[in-house]
Amino acid sequence: MSVADILHPGAAAAGDAAPNADGLKADAALERMKLFGLCSPALLLVVVTMVLPVVWLFYLSFLSDEGTFSLEHYERLTASKAYARIFWTTFKVSILTTIICVAIGYPLAYFLAQLPKRAAALCMITVLLPFWTSLLVRTYAWLVLLQRKGLVNTWAIELGLWDEPIKIVHNLNGTLIGMVHIMLPFLVLPVYGSMKAIDTDFVKAASNLGASPVKAFWKVFFPLSLPGLFAGALIVFVLCLGFFVTPAVLGGGRVIMVSMSITDTIELFFNWGAASALGVVLLVMTLGTLFLASRLLNLDKILGGGGGGGGH
Amino acid sequence: MSDNLGRGEALPIFIGNVTKTYGKVFALDDVSLDVKQGEFMTLLGPSGSGKTTLLMVLAGFTRPDHGSLKFGDREVIRTPPHKRDVGMVFQNYALFPHMNVAANVGFPLKLRNVSGPELAERVEGALETVQLGGYGERGIDQLSGGQKQRVALARAIVFEPRILLMDEPLSALDKKLREHMQIELRHLHDKLGMTTVYVTHDQREALTMSDRIAVINHGKLMQLDEPRTIYDFPANTFVADFIGESTFVPVSVSGGKVSYDGTALQTATTPDGAGKYNLMMRPERLAFVSGKKPKDVNVFKGTVSELVFQGESFLMYADLSDGTQVAVRGATQKDAMANVPEVGAAVSLGLHKDDTVLIPDTGDLPA
Amino acid sequence: MSWFSKAASETQITHGSRVWLYILAGLVMVFLVAPTVIVIPMSFSESQYLEFPPRTWSVRWYEHYFASSEWMAATRTSVLVAFFTMLVATPLGVMAAYGLFVSNLRFAHLIFLLLISPMMVPVVLIAIGVFYVYAKLKMVHTVGGLVLAHSMLAIPLVLIVVSSALKSYDMNQEMVARSLGASRLRAFMVITLPQIRFALITSALLSFITSFDEVIVALFVSGGDNATLTRSMFITLRDQIDPTIASISTIMVLVSTSLLVMAQMFGQNKDGT
Repeated sequence: MSVADILHPGAAAAGDAAPNADGLKADAALERMKLFGLCSPALLLVVVTMVLPVVWLFYLSFLSDEGTFSLEHYERLTASKAYARIFWTTFKVSILTTIICVAIGYPLAYFLAQLPKRAAALCMITVLLPFWTSLLVRTYAWLVLLQRKGLVNTWAIELGLWDEPIKIVHNLNGTLIGMVHIMLPFLVLPVYGSMKAIDTDFVKAASNLGASPVKAFWKVFFPLSLPGLFAGALIVFVLCLGFFVTPAVLGGGRVIMVSMSITDTIELFFNWGAASALGVVLLVMTLGTLFLASRLLNLDKILGGGGGGGGH
Repeated sequence: MSDNLGRGEALPIFIGNVTKTYGKVFALDDVSLDVKQGEFMTLLGPSGSGKTTLLMVLAGFTRPDHGSLKFGDREVIRTPPHKRDVGMVFQNYALFPHMNVAANVGFPLKLRNVSGPELAERVEGALETVQLGGYGERGIDQLSGGQKQRVALARAIVFEPRILLMDEPLSALDKKLREHMQIELRHLHDKLGMTTVYVTHDQREALTMSDRIAVINHGKLMQLDEPRTIYDFPANTFVADFIGESTFVPVSVSGGKVSYDGTALQTATTPDGAGKYNLMMRPERLAFVSGKKPKDVNVFKGTVSELVFQGESFLMYADLSDGTQVAVRGATQKDAMANVPEVGAAVSLGLHKDDTVLIPDTGDLPA
Repeated sequence: MSWFSKAASETQITHGSRVWLYILAGLVMVFLVAPTVIVIPMSFSESQYLEFPPRTWSVRWYEHYFASSEWMAATRTSVLVAFFTMLVATPLGVMAAYGLFVSNLRFAHLIFLLLISPMMVPVVLIAIGVFYVYAKLKMVHTVGGLVLAHSMLAIPLVLIVVSSALKSYDMNQEMVARSLGASRLRAFMVITLPQIRFALITSALLSFITSFDEVIVALFVSGGDNATLTRSMFITLRDQIDPTIASISTIMVLVSTSLLVMAQMFGQNKDGT
């Protein structure tokens, strides 16, 4: 009763140990083609409207005004003090926004994560509503609230917080307030998600073993929520690097970030080479941050997706 | 109406040289086997053995590297799933939650352009076949696990496929319901006469339901036989160990004579030639022997090392003279229990020569 | 035992000892919502300075908005572009998400990364790049050009929403449908699609709002007769605080809130019939 007895004698013609191999291979290739075909319209669109333009700008950034290869735009970036200030501002605004978002967003996420389901859903609206509201509208709202005769100044004077209207908009403060407001949901949502995924039994166990509430939080809960916090902070930081609308409106020309410098270079000077070089540097900064972060943590998780891997 | 279900000619299945690799791993390694017309064939193996892959090849969802697959005279290895005309039941039922019971069962009929009174009649017929007459208007979430399983079955047989494939359809049910459904599925098969291929990792389920069992491991066919033969005469240690309980005792074979610890043994089959062999001892086939050695029975002497009461049966462990520990299972009926020796006592165990089966030692003896 | 001394979480901490947390969280929530909400009553203020609470109520800024042919044209363009973006990005994103999900393409992971890269590349860079290419192709200031650019920006969102829906969907259902005689396309349309419809609606709404709210690409690529609402708003905002924008903002907040409510409502039905 060996395996040889079981072989069906007529199943395959003698000598053909691999029947239908070619046909099956062709079928598999055809199926792959079809599935790739499903992706190709989206792929084509992204390549034509993003990859191609960005590559073109990359090329332009290495072109001198005479149309020859040159590093002059990059040399100007490193030589000029003005550019150094712009990059420093961009970095400073991004870091400060991220820190403030973490400082106030983490407690909010913690609060939301511990609410009963219905209450959490209700409070979540306060995070989702700004998410769905045009950032131009939100920036405008801050402009109105923070202006010299705006609500914040009026109320602060009535409450006696300060005596006469102070300047809170068209400067760094206004920019930071607006940007924190725009970015906060991007931090709260991933942190909330990671907190919800924490098994509360760990925390229970820690406190049953005699850890004080504060100790149980810092030793058990906080480390487990770190992936979400990293992800959220990363998203906020990267979005800040390329941010344009809010600093342009609330900064009042006093807070110049890289993205604004790029548009100015195009709109005012039509200098494509210089603008492209700035853009390339911005892109490298952004992708560099993402790359560094992806080495530290699982990027797929942050981006919430991850293709392939499915099927059967 | 329900009597007409599946009355079309059932088709035999011929599987030839099917190989499927994932990278360097062989999910199926040159598998060839036939399923006879109207047969209930079970693919049995541990998880990851390739049994489900083989079923998916039959259904058309897994494309093998090479191989041939015939339903009757028709070569279908390159036919897409929806043109194979097989009924399929999944482990998790895979009912369509956005449709009611009748719409689920009617789905394959609609695809075949059946409509109006005929559709309703055939749906109801299929539901009656699985004893769910009148459940058509129910929503899927209103059904119990067992009912969901029946709906999935009704949906798979309503269009009278020649072949029915089932992937561990009962594994999500509790033990009692599962045992009940095993019998019911078998009766349904006998009534409808479809060629059925059934995948399970549960050896008892396979023994209960099947006409024949194909044991699969590491993508290879280990043995294909009727349940009795598989159980009594496993082809190798894997099958002997995977199906039922057994202890392996190394024996020496020379010149067609088998002996254990210097004593000659009477065996059911004579091993052809030399090589290493193990004697398979099933706990329930061992019996206590007192007094004179009965005819046609091999006797092994040992010492009782442990007794375990398990309700419907007891399990006794005894150390044989060479140190091998064997298990003996017995009924817990009062008279039988009276003969059970105590721990530490010497015991003689008898194994009938028909139950004395030798398995070639392929070196993969389970720990 | 008063509420203050009750245990507030799995640790033995009491509500009383973390009142600060509740106050902080409350303030942050007010910070998040107040500015957008407060614009609504302000938009009904008679005054040029948008008082709160308004001393005199008036709808003059709404009249101004609805009477302005420029604002109306910009609104029409925005709605049109957003609508077509929704029609382009949703199917393209769904097709790609499905293709990547069921395939064992060797490069599926890379394709996925490429398709969501518009989310990672700074929009300013995309904007000037698209502007440059469109200038060569004479597509600047066209609705079609803007729709394509906005669709590219929306595809990552559709892809992520639909991919995660497919992950929690039981693909066995589609396989069963195919074994029962449905072609792959039909199985997808009749069985899979109805069950990921929530993700589909969310994707469509997100695509719409991505385009409708987009500023930077519109700043460069739209213009002339086809300037979008956001472009006009931004240009105005850079120079002055125009109270008309308060009325437009109010309308936009109402639109986005109703979209959010719609999305939430479909979300509630997700587990139902």
